Amino acid sequence: MNRESNGYTIIYAAVMVIIVALGLSFTHQALLDKQIANENIDKMQQLLRSLNITAGADEAETRYSELVTNAYLITDEGEKIEGTEGTTPEDPAFSTELGDPTAKGLPVYEVSIDGKNVYIIPMNGAGLWGAIWGYLAVEDDGSTIYGADFGHAGETPGLGAEIAERSFGNQFEGKEIFKNGNFASIAVVKPGQVDTRRDYVDGISGGTITSQGVDKMLLNSVGKYENFLTKLNRN
Amino acid sequence: MALNSKTKAVLLGPLSKNNPILVQVLGICSALAVTSKLEPSLVMAIAVIIVTAFSNVIISLLRKSIPNRIRIIVQLVVVASLVTIVSEVLKAFSYDVNKQLSVFVGLIVTNCILMGRLEAFALGNGPWPSFLDGIGNGLGYGWILVVTGFFRELLGSGELMGYQVVPQAFYDAGYENNGLMMLAPMAVLIVACIIWVHRSKNKDLQEETN
Repeated sequence: MNRESNGYTIIYAAVMVIIVALGLSFTHQALLDKQIANENIDKMQQLLRSLNITAGADEAETRYSELVTNAYLITDEGEKIEGTEGTTPEDPAFSTELGDPTAKGLPVYEVSIDGKNVYIIPMNGAGLWGAIWGYLAVEDDGSTIYGADFGHAGETPGLGAEIAERSFGNQFEGKEIFKNGNFASIAVVKPGQVDTRRDYVDGISGGTITSQGVDKMLLNSVGKYENFLTKLNRN
Repeated sequence: MALNSKTKAVLLGPLSKNNPILVQVLGICSALAVTSKLEPSLVMAIAVIIVTAFSNVIISLLRKSIPNRIRIIVQLVVVASLVTIVSEVLKAFSYDVNKQLSVFVGLIVTNCILMGRLEAFALGNGPWPSFLDGIGNGLGYGWILVVTGFFRELLGSGELMGYQVVPQAFYDAGYENNGLMMLAPMAVLIVACIIWVHRSKNKDLQEETN
């Protein structure tokens, strides 16, 4: 058979593409359930880390169901949307991605820990190379931060990627989102600098753009919850 | 299976005299990108070893049927599918490692060593030598990555595998981590130092000077 003829080349390419497509879609389908389960556990681990709990993949699900008492979507005005309650991965609060334009509302997780009621709100934004996200746990005064956790898709290891370290997230504990009764968010400043208008944490040296991304993410994502947090704050 | 001297050369050559990074200067781009910490360097090395070995075997098995005009495309498809499968398997069975590597797994496709080995070796040799060649080149690439990652993490953040190794007393005495080590240019410098040491030990690799 002539390996260099046009017919052979075209048939070879076509057969190859079909085999590869079948192989890849089979692999994807076969592993999909496990991947989704992993993603859900990963999300639970992040939620737990925002409560300052580091849970392994094996215990994340139990700890999550112990601590998270309720989850639901809220409107921009801060009102709970009826029929969206539920904490399992299939329920709207868990499966809603922040920033999804078709989402029905903003997810909130209610947690009862150490006798306190804590609300976890998800955040998303952009770092230097790609997406960054995080979870902010706020106490029931709507202002004091109980804990925070951050994640990133592909920031530079050793620089921007340090936002995922506990040492960065831990700085948020005890900071106040409201200043003099107004929503102020938390500033991320260059280490050594101060922000007199609002509470602040130190950014990452050498990870300036990622730090600015976190700052912007806090302002924008937490800003969407302003009405919800204000209500908690006034109660 | 016993290794005769030829297969041994195929496997061990790329570790030194025929090293893809030190001698052929291939795969430099990813060597610079992932080595700011030791752990991603290590996982990247393992992933590349797996992909070079198996893409070499597959291309070697297909070598008598591949139409010459589209052989680069065929090689790319094989490499890309293998990388996709590796990343899918990591996502399902080792989610944490997959998160560590994030974009770098996809970048294996662009690694010049892969295409280089497929073109230079797998197209002209049987599956078993090709497999050894893939393992050898993966290892040759990997050890440079690990050495570079070791120095960059040690000098750049005072840690190894995420554990603090430079004692606090050093910092109290005024020692500071070298932030420059975290940036890609310093990887060029470290790789250059390795090449320097390697060349001075292997005189036959030195270029003639006038």
